[in-house]
Amino acid sequence: MAAEDVRRAVIRISHEIVEKQAGTDGLALIGIQRRGVPLAHRIAEAIREHEGTVVPVGALDITFYRDDLSLVAQQPIVKGTQIPFDLNGATVVLVDDVLYTGRTIRSAMDALIDFGRPQAIRLAVLVDRGHRELPIRADHVGKNVPTSREEIVKVLLEETDGDDGVEIERVPAAEPAGGARA
Amino acid sequence: MTTGVDRQEAASSVPHSQEIGDDPPVATVPAVDEAPETQPVPWRHRHLLDVDALTRPELELVMGTTDAMREVLARPIPKVPALRGTAVTILFYEASTRTRVSFEVAAKNLSADVVNIAASSSSVSKGESLVDTVRTVEALGADMLVMRHSVSGAPYLAAEVFGGSVLNGGDGWHAHPSQALLDLYTLRGRFPGGSLEGRRVVILGDVMHSRVARSNIWTLTAMGADLWLCGPATLLRGFEAWAARGAAGRRFTVTSDVDAALRDADVVMALRIQRERMASGLLPSMREYAARYGLTRERLRAASPDVVVMHPGPMNEGVEIAADVAVDPRSVITEQVTNGVAVRMALLYLLAGARASARPEPGA
Repeated sequence: MAAEDVRRAVIRISHEIVEKQAGTDGLALIGIQRRGVPLAHRIAEAIREHEGTVVPVGALDITFYRDDLSLVAQQPIVKGTQIPFDLNGATVVLVDDVLYTGRTIRSAMDALIDFGRPQAIRLAVLVDRGHRELPIRADHVGKNVPTSREEIVKVLLEETDGDDGVEIERVPAAEPAGGARA
Repeated sequence: MTTGVDRQEAASSVPHSQEIGDDPPVATVPAVDEAPETQPVPWRHRHLLDVDALTRPELELVMGTTDAMREVLARPIPKVPALRGTAVTILFYEASTRTRVSFEVAAKNLSADVVNIAASSSSVSKGESLVDTVRTVEALGADMLVMRHSVSGAPYLAAEVFGGSVLNGGDGWHAHPSQALLDLYTLRGRFPGGSLEGRRVVILGDVMHSRVARSNIWTLTAMGADLWLCGPATLLRGFEAWAARGAAGRRFTVTSDVDAALRDADVVMALRIQRERMASGLLPSMREYAARYGLTRERLRAASPDVVVMHPGPMNEGVEIAADVAVDPRSVITEQVTNGVAVRMALLYLLAGARASARPEPGA
């Protein structure tokens, strides 16, 4: 995906979210660290442009909820959670860059429920690359990208990487694709 | 009796590189002037026995992880499942309230299963050796062992026989790493940008018997503080030699002149007079100590106007610290206790991660 495709996908997702909720009442966006956070802000900005309302945006770090503690040593520092609003009764849209095994989303839902009792949790992702290991699906998808497990999907965003785009890299067969985002 | 050494000169005389060979890692002390990396370092330690093994980037990693733990503690439910299924045994051979409870709360906040063993009510009182106790604890399923012992070096022995991670909760006179790290964390919150560079930090009192002082020397000098040790000459023995010789670029000043030490101090850390370890003849009397070295409002006037007052606890009020100074707005003593939980959560979390990644991958 090129920068233009990312922009269009974000705008379409923002319309879909508002349509599904029939407005913006009770809506909240929560981005999953790291690239889900700028994406959530972009979606909120798009909603503000076409609906004229401001939707609260939060950030969620799921590091402490992962089921693979062995990755801690390789993982960089915890980036922090900021949810400065009440989740009780809200419709929370989780935002992430890539949906892969579904384990990140499971962890994110565990984390969210510790903060309150949302009326509903929905999921918006920029790329769905398949290979789910859990019964989880996205409500809003920027682009479905069929991949093999040996490939790595890299989402680049201006805020974190200097430029927008989605790239697919092939990992040499000798190395297992352990570095991919879950 | 003042042994000051020029910091610049000291730093330049220290080798910057560390050799990495095939030999098993020896207890090399990282040089303090190692450049902080922009990318956080991965955590590689299975045990935390003292802070002398931590590089500056590793100290930064502990501080950053502690920030995240503080955020967890501020949540409506201050609990995360990070250490679910991990068994933490807390084995204390010495009396303690804050350290033991702090480790217990920290482990529970991370959803670990906690077992507490007080040596006085265990088979230790029947004469069981330390090694046997550690083996028994491991056979009962402990993954991590938090240990306090009155003999310096005891956790090193435990680490040799224990298959999991050993966390030193204080050993004899030697080290109290979690206290030094929570002191560092508390101080960083008090200075703009979290920098201790050039800040005058005074450790005042019974330095000789203090594991808190010995661990704080490593962390505070590593962060660039201008460190002063002050107390009666009988309680500073050995430190002049260390200060003059230095180790891996670390330098500090040792003096018995309390007024000179407190002049323009940014931080004063009062240490407890450890009566239980005190041999006779070191101090004429508690009253004389209080009169000559006790931290009073009067003495604090020489310090910087927004001096930070610390004490690792438990306090002998009226001896090393006056009661009104302990509750003064400049005192961060209760903040130290609160930060202790967050720092210990960070340590348990990082050590558990290193342990988990050392295990072979299931199915690999």
